[in-house]
Amino acid sequence: MATSSLISKSSGPLGKLSNLHVVIAVLLLATTYVSICNLMFAEGSLLHVSDYTVSLFGKYLCYALLALAVDLVWGYCGILSLGHGAFFTLGGYAMGMYLMRQIGDRGVYGNPELPDFMVFLNWTELPWYWMGSDSVIWMVVMVFLGPGLLAYVFGMLAFRSRVSGVYLSIMTQAVTYALMLAFFRNEMGFGGNNGLTDFKEIFGFSLQQPSTKLGLFIATAVILALAYCVCHYIVNSKMGRVVTAIRDAENRVRFVGYKPEDYKVWIYVVSALIAGLAGALYVPQVGIINPGEFSPLNSIEMVIWVAVGGRNSLYGALIGAIVVSYAKTRFTAIMPEAWLYALGGMFVLVTLLLPKGIAGFVPSIIAKFKGDVSQNDQPNSSTKNKAGEVKS
Amino acid sequence: MIVDKSGSPITATENIRPDTRHGVILYVEDVSVSFDGFKALNDMNLYINDGELRCLIGANGAGKTTLMDVITGKTRPDTGKINFGQQVDLLQLDEAEIARAGIGRKFQKPTVFEQLSVFENIELSLKGDKGIWTSLFHKLTGEQQDRIAEILHTIDLIQERNYPAGRLSHGQKQWLEIGMLLAANPRVLLVDEPVAGMTGQETERTAELLTSLAGEHSVVVVEHDMAFVRSIARTVTVLHQGSVLAEGSMSDIQSNPEVIQVYLGEEQG
Amino acid sequence: MLRTILVMFGLFVCTHIFAEGGSQAENGSSLSALTTQLPKAKLSKMAPLVDQIAATKTPSTRPLLQYLLDGELYYVRGSNMIVRAVVNQQKQYELTDVLGGTELAPVTKKQIKKIRTNNRLRGQIRSLLAKLDLTDEDPDNRIAALKQLIDKPNDSALDLIQSLIEQEKDSDVQALMQVLLDVQQLKNGDTAQKVAAVASLGESLEPAVKNALVQQLELIDKNSQEPEHVALRSAIQDALDSIESKREFYGVVENIFFGLSLGSVLLLAAIGLAITFGVMGVINMAHGEMIMLGAYTTYVVQLIFPHLIEYSLFIAIPLAFLVSGSVGIIIERCVIRFLKGRPLETLLATFGISLILQQLVRTIFSPLNRQVASPEWMSGSLQINPVFSLTYNRLYIIIFSLMVFFALLMILKKSSLGLHVRAVSQNRDMARALSIKSDWVDAITFGLGSGIAGIAGVVLSQLTNVGPNLGQAYIIDSFLVVVFGGVGNLWGTLVAAMSLGSINKFLEPITGSVLANIIVLVGLVLFIQKRPKGLFPQKGRSAD
Repeated sequence: MATSSLISKSSGPLGKLSNLHVVIAVLLLATTYVSICNLMFAEGSLLHVSDYTVSLFGKYLCYALLALAVDLVWGYCGILSLGHGAFFTLGGYAMGMYLMRQIGDRGVYGNPELPDFMVFLNWTELPWYWMGSDSVIWMVVMVFLGPGLLAYVFGMLAFRSRVSGVYLSIMTQAVTYALMLAFFRNEMGFGGNNGLTDFKEIFGFSLQQPSTKLGLFIATAVILALAYCVCHYIVNSKMGRVVTAIRDAENRVRFVGYKPEDYKVWIYVVSALIAGLAGALYVPQVGIINPGEFSPLNSIEMVIWVAVGGRNSLYGALIGAIVVSYAKTRFTAIMPEAWLYALGGMFVLVTLLLPKGIAGFVPSIIAKFKGDVSQNDQPNSSTKNKAGEVKS
Repeated sequence: MIVDKSGSPITATENIRPDTRHGVILYVEDVSVSFDGFKALNDMNLYINDGELRCLIGANGAGKTTLMDVITGKTRPDTGKINFGQQVDLLQLDEAEIARAGIGRKFQKPTVFEQLSVFENIELSLKGDKGIWTSLFHKLTGEQQDRIAEILHTIDLIQERNYPAGRLSHGQKQWLEIGMLLAANPRVLLVDEPVAGMTGQETERTAELLTSLAGEHSVVVVEHDMAFVRSIARTVTVLHQGSVLAEGSMSDIQSNPEVIQVYLGEEQG
Repeated sequence: MLRTILVMFGLFVCTHIFAEGGSQAENGSSLSALTTQLPKAKLSKMAPLVDQIAATKTPSTRPLLQYLLDGELYYVRGSNMIVRAVVNQQKQYELTDVLGGTELAPVTKKQIKKIRTNNRLRGQIRSLLAKLDLTDEDPDNRIAALKQLIDKPNDSALDLIQSLIEQEKDSDVQALMQVLLDVQQLKNGDTAQKVAAVASLGESLEPAVKNALVQQLELIDKNSQEPEHVALRSAIQDALDSIESKREFYGVVENIFFGLSLGSVLLLAAIGLAITFGVMGVINMAHGEMIMLGAYTTYVVQLIFPHLIEYSLFIAIPLAFLVSGSVGIIIERCVIRFLKGRPLETLLATFGISLILQQLVRTIFSPLNRQVASPEWMSGSLQINPVFSLTYNRLYIIIFSLMVFFALLMILKKSSLGLHVRAVSQNRDMARALSIKSDWVDAITFGLGSGIAGIAGVVLSQLTNVGPNLGQAYIIDSFLVVVFGGVGNLWGTLVAAMSLGSINKFLEPITGSVLANIIVLVGLVLFIQKRPKGLFPQKGRSAD
């Protein structure tokens, strides 16, 4: 009897698996739809999706990927990082450096070796950390190495000395703030104030071409789907349960024999890698990366995506990122002034009224309409409920 | 730091076999702890034999919980030595390593992972590799599933196995925590007030369980319920103001004049 | 206290002016009588006349002599009015009535005639002028005259100084006179005299002294082995070294002063946070905006009372306290109290509030920075010696922030409010059981912390431009100060603020301000790793 009852338990994840399927299917269908509408229907058609919109959607998907990273550490492990923008931007700079080198002699100064801003600063040769930046392999390695290393070093320092809660949040913010100050300096060799921009092509495809834009959009969607699967696997593995346990009772986890520091560092690094990847996909689609991306406000916006969408729910993070970013686009177009009011109001209202976010709110509404809150389906969503009581 | 394949540092805690040739599994020698001048432990000396069931009693502030904190690595002693078997110095290990080495603890206030189900609580506590990569690719074996089921039966939570642990009653949480201890299968169990909040019948079952565990495991119980202590104790240690006041069988203790004066006298007064 | 100083200062200035006014009128008439003789006086008679004029010692005396010396003194043909005339670009002469000070219509050369002088007379005037300056009643004027003389010495003045130095009562002036004589001796004396002069010059920090020493050192033949030269050379070298080490010393003192003033700003910004976060355990990310509101309050006060700039700060300080304090209470009542025990949520919600407040200010006052005027008494500096001076605004800020700090300490230590606050922060349930209204205490405490942030804003408005982002720059710093000092420990906050300020100022000259900022940030992050509870942690079991 015991064994059979346990099998029913192990069929539990199957219920979640369908959840995964829905998300992936929706994502891929939407991508296909946008691609077809972009390619098949000419401008003026009701169904036409402009190149601009494709890039915009691509940007949203990058944000969604980033939200996934934030949700992984905050929603599941209780680490409120106010500095995820640092990982995103570092990934972006790695890609930006590669794209900078692809410009070659088509820059304003026509120097085949040096990017324009270096010529402008009268530098005669590439700094050592730009060596090899024209190779794709270097770029891919750096996209992961930069954010990963930062997360690892910071994580080792912070988690090993058991810094947590608000302290940790402020420290992450301080780190991204310090990076912003550093990258603003011309001597850093990353283009100072202006950052890296005026990119021409990626992997030999012109960035101005609509087809390249569409390709980037599709690539982002596919990578997002893959990352979603990875995150889904992580949070549903034993690893995910340990991490959730750490979130709720870190000290107790130690006495069971797990080292919370190790787990936190690991999940933090994974999250940083995803954030870096998001940054790398973001840069060719918006065409610029500058130190402004390090600003603490950006990092805090990522947190609001997850808070609105519903922390502790992977698809909630996706929804939150896309909904809030879309709202931002609309707001800043119609009433630029109102956006910060809206953003600030969202912070207050979501924390006060909607601690579970959309992902927690909508299902509970549906359940209310159905009128049954059966206890048996609770375990499946056990990791989701009471998200509002997440301890720091 | 040397790191093994599972990503956790090699401190050999997985393979620690405490040397118990002298029959003693836990040595607490000359341990002192003070908080801002208050001496919670004062040159405490305590030896737990392999396989014995020991009860610790003492008034509030006698140092019972602090002693457990020190053994499990939660608090670092100011002075003194704590050895697991003859050779393993517990002061060199952190909480997780001590737990992996085979010292399990049940807290005074039941602490379980409230967001996880009862089943998952037990699963996480199972003895085994607790490294990162193992956790990531872990699949429960049939053997482990049987073991979990067995434990769930023992603690009578088989019906509630898929409930979030946060929804259990106080007594059920006590049981769940005992179940987590069983799953870890440690050499030494430190049990802090296991029967608080339990009914008479449950208390009896706990007594039975703990007695049955002794022999294979060493069990150290802290309890205020004297009836319960009387029902399980073979050896009782009385703590007073951070040191050991008396040690012996229950009847010895009860007739010890010092104990009567300090402990019982206090209670009556 | 500041106010009393100001009032007293004001009174002093007034009485001074009135007193001078009286004697002026009397001497002025005799001066005008003397000047009427100027057009007719022959050159030979000029000398005693000039002496008499110099003896009048009115405010017009000095310019009159100066113009005479510079050949700008004329009289108008016919009226014999004494004027100063300067040629303008149209080759016309612009006239100023020397005695009355009024400007007159420009005239051609023919209408006026120059009052003639010769070399001897000019020499006499020069020494008279020097004497006038060096015997001026105000020691500051005497010092100013001496400083000019150091750069451009003349013999007659030096002789004068020689005679005046014994009678001089002001020790600073006397010392400067000695320096002047020594410099002269260094330049013109024989070698023995030079060595003697150098020995005493080693104490002076005047830039001219250093120049003179360097100049003399260069004059000595480098390869000369004559014992006299060697002795002089090493004496000068010693003097230069001693001057250099003094300069370095004052450089360090100046850095400490700058550091303390930056530290006081940090202290003011952080101390409110030390209360809300340290004592109440509530993290308020809108704390920076409380500071900003205080700064804008100052701006508005100056808009409303443009003629009261001098007193605007005294109006703004209590007002800013009330404005920021009441906004703080509103925030506490409407948001924070619902998030008790959920620090991360509190952090997010208050961050939202900070965005709203920033945007509100942008909407009302425009996103541009606003200039807040500084009262007169905040400007200027206290000159300690030629290389070291304390600017008054920094000095006042240090004093003021310490006053706020100790006032706050008193409130928390001695008042019943403080007792309630500490009781609630230590054990809320127990405090409530003792019928302390914990809700009320929370609101008041939060208001107090926010109000002090408002006061910090008033101070900041004197140092930087007031803009919507003013507060943002300080929130991370303030938080780090509180954490660095140890949460819940006001003294720790004081020490942390002052040491962070000093570290920053000492790093700045070496690394530049941005890098200094980064280094301090990174250093703090590392520090928090090592000691998460700060410099002065609260001990005990409860702290675990």
